[in-house]
Amino acid sequence: MPKLTIDGVEIEVDPGVTILQAAEQAGSEIPRFCYHDRLSIAGNCRMCLVEVEKSPKPVASCAMPVGEGMVVHTKSEKAVKARNGVMEFLLINHPLDCPICDQGGECDLQDQALAFGQDRGRYGEQKRAVKDKYMGPIVSTIMTRCIHCTRCVRFVEEIGGVAEIGATGRGEDTEITTYLEESLTSELSGNVVDLCPVGALTNKPYAFTARSWELRKTETVDVMDAVGSNVRVDSRGREVMRVLPRLNESVNEEWLADKSRNACDGLKYQRLDQPYVRRDGKLEPADWDDAFGAIAQAVDGMSGDKIAALVGDMVDCESTLALKNLMTALGSENTDCRQDGAALDPTVRTSYLFNTTIAGIEEADAILLIGTNPRKEAPILNARIRKRFVAGGVKIGVIGDADDLTYSYDHISDTADALAKIVDGSHPFAQVLKDAERPMLVLGMGALTRTDGVAILAAGHAVAESTGMIVGDWNGFNVLHTAAARVGALDVGFVPGEGGKDTRAILDGAASGDIKVVYLLGADEIDTAKLKDAFVIYQGHHGDAGAHVADVILPGAAYTEKNATYVNTEGRAQLGRRAIFPPGDAREDWSIVRALSERLGKTLPYDSLEQVREKLREASPDFTHIDDVVSADWESFGSAGSIDATGFTYPVQNYYQTDPISRASKTMAQCTQEFVLGKTEKATGTHG
Amino acid sequence: MLQDQDRIFTNLYGEHDWRLAGARARGDWDGTKELLGMGRDWIINEMKASGLRGRGGAGFPTGLKWSFMPKTETDRPHYLVVNADEGEPGTCKDRDMMRFDPHKLIEGCLLASFAMNAHACYIYIRGEFYTEASNLQIAIDEAYEAGLIGKNACGSGWDFDLYLHRGAGAYICGEETALIESLEGKKGQPRLKPPFPAGVGLYGCPTTVNNVESIAVAPTILRRGASWFAGLGRPNNTGTKVFCISGHVNRPCNVEEEMGIPLKELIDKHCGGVIGGWDNVQGIIPGGSSVPCLPKSICDDILMDFDSLREVKSGLGTAAVMVMDKSVDIIAAITRLSAFYKHESCGQCTPCREGTGWLYRVMKRMVSGEASLEEIDMLEEVSYQIEGHTICALGDAAAWPVQGLIRHYRPEMEQRIKDYRAGKVSHAA
Repeated sequence: MPKLTIDGVEIEVDPGVTILQAAEQAGSEIPRFCYHDRLSIAGNCRMCLVEVEKSPKPVASCAMPVGEGMVVHTKSEKAVKARNGVMEFLLINHPLDCPICDQGGECDLQDQALAFGQDRGRYGEQKRAVKDKYMGPIVSTIMTRCIHCTRCVRFVEEIGGVAEIGATGRGEDTEITTYLEESLTSELSGNVVDLCPVGALTNKPYAFTARSWELRKTETVDVMDAVGSNVRVDSRGREVMRVLPRLNESVNEEWLADKSRNACDGLKYQRLDQPYVRRDGKLEPADWDDAFGAIAQAVDGMSGDKIAALVGDMVDCESTLALKNLMTALGSENTDCRQDGAALDPTVRTSYLFNTTIAGIEEADAILLIGTNPRKEAPILNARIRKRFVAGGVKIGVIGDADDLTYSYDHISDTADALAKIVDGSHPFAQVLKDAERPMLVLGMGALTRTDGVAILAAGHAVAESTGMIVGDWNGFNVLHTAAARVGALDVGFVPGEGGKDTRAILDGAASGDIKVVYLLGADEIDTAKLKDAFVIYQGHHGDAGAHVADVILPGAAYTEKNATYVNTEGRAQLGRRAIFPPGDAREDWSIVRALSERLGKTLPYDSLEQVREKLREASPDFTHIDDVVSADWESFGSAGSIDATGFTYPVQNYYQTDPISRASKTMAQCTQEFVLGKTEKATGTHG
Repeated sequence: MLQDQDRIFTNLYGEHDWRLAGARARGDWDGTKELLGMGRDWIINEMKASGLRGRGGAGFPTGLKWSFMPKTETDRPHYLVVNADEGEPGTCKDRDMMRFDPHKLIEGCLLASFAMNAHACYIYIRGEFYTEASNLQIAIDEAYEAGLIGKNACGSGWDFDLYLHRGAGAYICGEETALIESLEGKKGQPRLKPPFPAGVGLYGCPTTVNNVESIAVAPTILRRGASWFAGLGRPNNTGTKVFCISGHVNRPCNVEEEMGIPLKELIDKHCGGVIGGWDNVQGIIPGGSSVPCLPKSICDDILMDFDSLREVKSGLGTAAVMVMDKSVDIIAAITRLSAFYKHESCGQCTPCREGTGWLYRVMKRMVSGEASLEEIDMLEEVSYQIEGHTICALGDAAAWPVQGLIRHYRPEMEQRIKDYRAGKVSHAA
């Protein structure tokens, strides 16, 4: 372990770390622009120059490995002078438009200019102006502000896996641009906005809407996919202005997927802000009393087996539990949270978790993806797989469509039956898994929602056992969910009870008349046409598919508007926190169910959120370990059967619109137009 | 003055046959197998003992550089890369060596590669050098055909492949790590050092990058012995060197001379003197556009070698001597160099990207005098803000000419400004 002295502090560090990292340990902060922990070292901004004794020139500390006996000065006259010089160079061609710059107030250049800059400039020549570049609906550019740190270039290439940003030109004519000014096709493109140390790349939908210091910051979790990315919701008044990632090494590191970041404008549109009751075929505004009255009338005297409830993809655990309790009180066993009919076994927890954990992917040395496209279903998780891929020494196999996942893999087969060949060892990839020390497989919803989903689940179990995926602490069996609510609802037990009907049976029953009342808690991803004849209660926050067929609408709160618990695909329970209040008469969902239960004469035994959580902890001990993953014991599950030689239908066809919030978002609509429906035609003189 | 028998480049003027037969007649490829038979350590020790310092400009001892390569080859192959991207303004030595004496270089490549355990060598030649590339390729083909290189080169049992790669004409690709990037097919931008190429170079493998002249002189040094080479020149500045003399001399030329020859003697003996006589000298850039210009007072008795020129805050560089007589507007001349560096900066790191443009713009006003006296100090300060703060030496190269100008020609600059203020039309306008 090399020992060195930094600003008079003697410190011993691991070999191979850079001076900058060592200085951080020694408590000396060195300014930087181009350096970023998670990107390769570029060493081009030169802001981190320090003085190293016996070195004739100042040294770029971000790139220089420590050496035994080095004596480093980060605040000596020579070091400060060098940095002042670099700062002056950075500023000569940087526009002084901070008052109209969205980065103002959270700008590295601004902050460091305060510390290392002069109060006036000596540069009297014409400043450089650079034409703005088009980078798509997410990223806005003001390229005159660019300081050429190349963080964005390195991010899209290294983490995003799409080498679409680069520098053209040379010297002071260098310009950062996308290839031919096409949109960035990465699902992680919004992260370049966070990485940009200046205001060159900014959040397009957020542009010119707020100043960072006037926003209230709420730390919560994202529900746009099942990853449970940790986010910070910035709000002003009753409006969510933007969503930013929050550091969590176990989940999203410091990245955030584009939908999670930019679908937040969908929270403003299509909102259900008051109860509605259908009268004479038309939904009419009502008050809570009317709405509850209509429900009471519908379920009055009805036997429990004619009542059913479905939970949607963004529902929190508290309201799921409350609804479960209400249905039990009403005598109904017809409850299900698997809107897509996935063959998930709710009795064995390990069978529906991403057991390896997201961070655990980094330890895997062979990965088999079955019926999943993680790039679309969970871009953050896909970034981990890519991170593992870039580190080298991993073999990845895919059973399913040969899509671009940002890393290369062995394409085993388009069709699911190849899984049987892995089970019996006749496919060479089975040997790859066996030879690996830490093999893992990922079953996607594309596999489990097939009619032979149970057989695929069993085959997954068989592969896990036959290839040594279950060894000691290592559990290589994984299910990748697409719904943020799914694991929590399975943990709560929102599945058919004794003799109860599952999603398919409920829908069929509603169509045939066996089911008279259907309670949809945020459930929109179902065939609502089958619900025509049933009495439908829709509780949720958006006027989406479910609300259209509803007889009573109970306005609920979106994820930014309530304190609630969500469990991600790993089985990690995390707390969401309220950033703003729900609009109008809308209320937190668990309290709506609680209020309704009273009206129906089945009062649920809790009056506060804490009391609901107490029940949650009783329902499943996993809720006692917030933010942690409680590993599940390996058991047998699934029932073996034959697997059809057909392909997969993936759950996420259009990444940008998967749920009521993103379907209401203008930004996501633009992305859909840009990336899914094809490029927007540029208006010409003959247009209109 | 160098005796004819001590010349290494005996066909520098293209008077004889440049192909294999002619080269053999001049002694090339003579006993190469025996030289290889002496072994690696002997070759590297001879090169060290010869005192040869890199001829590309920086003057790093060549033998020492070769010894930095790992002693044994692991799973990563070793490479020798020859820097033939001769782009330094004023320099035209490598092109004549490649055009008229290509076999010297090829033989050098074999010997140097063998000494460094490299089975492959790349010559990165400047794209504009058409004839040079063509001749070199013909020579390489001849050498392959004669069994001098390729499998079992010269019958030594050593397999050696030589590839010629044509650049696309960026000055920065003459910087060794930018050259490696370019050779790998990437944008020519210098890499951070450390790691140095000897550890992580071409395709991440141990690599040594040498100038054409450093490699081309190696066979002769090995044949005639290190002591012969070390006996020429001055201590620590040994051997012979090809000087490129241009500008206001009667007969501009390339000439091979002993290191440490007085500048005045060099010009008078080989170039027919300065136009209008020695007293007509206004300033001389002694080592290519990157090094500071020297006024006549220093040129009078300066010796042309690394250490002497360093003492007067200039440098030998590529030994491209550019003579400017009194008709030259020295401020405009240096401004032209600033324009060159602004144009050739790769734009990767801040001080060079932003600083070269700043220097050039202020210099442009200095030419017309449309500046203030204080700006001369500012200009100098800005140049020091660039120097030493960049990834590669291009920043230094951009700063030095300006620093040299201010150091030696400040009165001219001040007069220009005063004239402009007094309403006198500048002679540069």
